Amino acid sequence: MPFTFTQIILTLFLLFALSRVILRFQGGIVSIIGLLFWGALFSSAIIFVLFPELTTGIAKSMGIGRGVDTIVYASIVILFYLVFRLYVYIQDIRQDITKIVGELAIRDALEKRDRKKSKD
Amino acid sequence: MKILIGIPAYNEEKLISQVVRSLPKKLKGIEDIDILVVDDGSTDKTIQKAKEAGAKVLRHILNRGLGGALKTILSYAKKKQYDILVTFDADGQHDPADLPKLVSPIISNKQDVIIGSRWISGTKYPLTRYFINQCANIITYFLFGIWTSDSQSGFRALNKKAIKIVNIQVDGMEASSEFLREIQRNELKFAEVPIKAIYTDYSKSKGQRVSNAPNVLFQLILRLLK
Repeated sequence: MPFTFTQIILTLFLLFALSRVILRFQGGIVSIIGLLFWGALFSSAIIFVLFPELTTGIAKSMGIGRGVDTIVYASIVILFYLVFRLYVYIQDIRQDITKIVGELAIRDALEKRDRKKSKD
Repeated sequence: MKILIGIPAYNEEKLISQVVRSLPKKLKGIEDIDILVVDDGSTDKTIQKAKEAGAKVLRHILNRGLGGALKTILSYAKKKQYDILVTFDADGQHDPADLPKLVSPIISNKQDVIIGSRWISGTKYPLTRYFINQCANIITYFLFGIWTSDSQSGFRALNKKAIKIVNIQVDGMEASSEFLREIQRNELKFAEVPIKAIYTDYSKSKGQRVSNAPNVLFQLILRLLK
């Protein structure tokens, strides 16, 4: 079955998002749990975009007669990607906080030692 | 040569004193041995006990995770220009008698990094630990292209060059795999040496557990929904 133009564009976008997840993990920004979560999310989105008939069963079981249309697909995919960006941003901030906490710990210890030395 | 033994600790008041006291005061080829405990925002008496046992103590004002504590240890070792850094777990699962095995290939300049492996020494281990470790080894290999028999070992030794260039980023338990990524990325010479693992009920209750995974996932989903 040949794929439509929209399916190809969405798949390419999702593959791009998936590659970002792997790169961010390799760069140490995303944790292993993050990699598994986002990887599974984007991979399943690719499957549903390429084989939308799989969603019909789910849609029917939820009382929706037809599959999700293209606009809803695209919106959700973009939203997922934006949430991922947000998640990465939060991870960056968490790592910055750790850096500050570590620096404070070292500075505190060195200052205490200097004070002790000057007292002696 | 001066060596720093860095111990990341979070709520380890029960064993930290014993662990610090068990470490050797002298090592062949080493003039100075300093023991550093990085207290990762403990709510118990870890700091007090570590100080009483004679360790230098750095205190994180907030709990940042294993990776966070290891980053502080590395940063301290870099600032104070130690020749060798050894990281050592606070839960009593490592045997201080293994320390010379990790340090001597570094002193003799044969390796940049030595990882103590719990799985090549024939130690009896809990099956769940073995399973988690094997999964982590495979993931580490596929993502970073470096194979070790114990990618999650907390007992490792680094020379001055490695202390300078190893750059850990993550705050959590994944930091152990990140050490291997850094070894690969910076083309550091590395080897594994067999170490003994002392599994007690206490040490088993610490570290990476299968039961932790759903909790981490739940926290992640919660954060998404907030």
